[in-house]
Amino acid sequence: MKNITERLYNGLFKENPTFVLMLGMCPTLAVTSSALNGIGMGLSTTAVLIMSNLMISLLRNFIPQKVRMPAYIVIVASFVTVVQLLMQAYVRSLYDTLGIYIPLIVVNCIILGRAESYASKNPPLSSLFDGLGMGLGFTIGLTLIGIFRELLGSGTFLGMNIPVFTDNFTTVSIMVLAPGAFFVLACLTALQSKFKAPSATNRKNGFACSGNCHSCKDSGCSIQKSFQSDLTEKEAAK
Amino acid sequence: MNYFTELLLTAAAAALVNNVVLSRFLGLCPFLGVSKKTETALGMSAAVLFVMTIASAATWVIDKMILRTLSLTYLRTIVFIIVIAALVQIVEMILKKKIPSLYSSLGVYLPLITTNCAVLGIAIDNVQKGLGFAVSMASSIGTSVGFGVAIVLMAGIRERIDGNNVPDSFKGMPIVLITAGLMAIAFMGFQGVL
Repeated sequence: MKNITERLYNGLFKENPTFVLMLGMCPTLAVTSSALNGIGMGLSTTAVLIMSNLMISLLRNFIPQKVRMPAYIVIVASFVTVVQLLMQAYVRSLYDTLGIYIPLIVVNCIILGRAESYASKNPPLSSLFDGLGMGLGFTIGLTLIGIFRELLGSGTFLGMNIPVFTDNFTTVSIMVLAPGAFFVLACLTALQSKFKAPSATNRKNGFACSGNCHSCKDSGCSIQKSFQSDLTEKEAAK
Repeated sequence: MNYFTELLLTAAAAALVNNVVLSRFLGLCPFLGVSKKTETALGMSAAVLFVMTIASAATWVIDKMILRTLSLTYLRTIVFIIVIAALVQIVEMILKKKIPSLYSSLGVYLPLITTNCAVLGIAIDNVQKGLGFAVSMASSIGTSVGFGVAIVLMAGIRERIDGNNVPDSFKGMPIVLITAGLMAIAFMGFQGVL
């Protein structure tokens, strides 16, 4: 039980994928032009993350070390397809707005990162809650950025008109366009470095991780650390 | 419309108007991560051009020949990601064996591209729109040229920023993101051109 709450806390705050780990930047910037899109993207990623973490954790003793990456990709891609078909059937309008970014959940760094660093070496239940925590952390991140951009850019909150914003000043429509996404993220990272908040961007070589730990040189990364310790353990065992 | 004009327009639109990084947010990781020096940025964009063209050709053929004929189009995501990952591996092996000079300049970037969302994104986008083979080739070449333009420009600007007096909290990633935002505004200007 303690482990479960610890996992949730870890995903939501300590290692929040959007604000601390800075993973999955493509969807973070692309779909947050409104809060609803952010929630939709976050929840679909959460669904995939929970299922893939559970499955990878269940199969962790059967997947050979050498082909684990392709195996993880196939597992993740299958769940993405399931989520994609479900969304196409039941939430068609969201499916149309998110478009190409739904199949692209496959290459989201968070999912492969969690598979590699957590689910592949922990029991199913805590992996499931690790996925839930990380997914909800991602959802909250996207939603907050979405609310901010939507409020400034079109003066609405979850699609509802906010009179204070539309009556008193002109909305900054650039905020809901592509450049606005970069500006919001720039201000966010600037605030983080101002207040020395724990974040990937505050490290010297941080940011821009593609979940590709094999070719990564950043030794300060938490994923990388667990990956490295894993490797040295295996070599010691030999 | 002349067929060649259509191909050219598709490529130009993919490169400038719908720039893959600055307006569609695909391939952001290498755009922010490998844009510190112009040289590495050039190497990365050459690798992306290479892989993206081959990958969209291969996925287009597989989609047409296998997935559509057997009406298995819902398997696209799974099939495409596997094909791309395998393709990058094969290309890497062939280059290493046959053209070592090209391998030494592109080699380090190739493994990074497997999980690059731009490659998968463009492959899926092309077949979802139902483009013909030549048009989808034009679109993927245009897209990767657009990626190259964006990342090389960004690297040039970042080399200049190094010598400037940036406010403390904006040092590092924030100023790069601001630059990217300003570049995105500039690229929005192309919308009126085509």
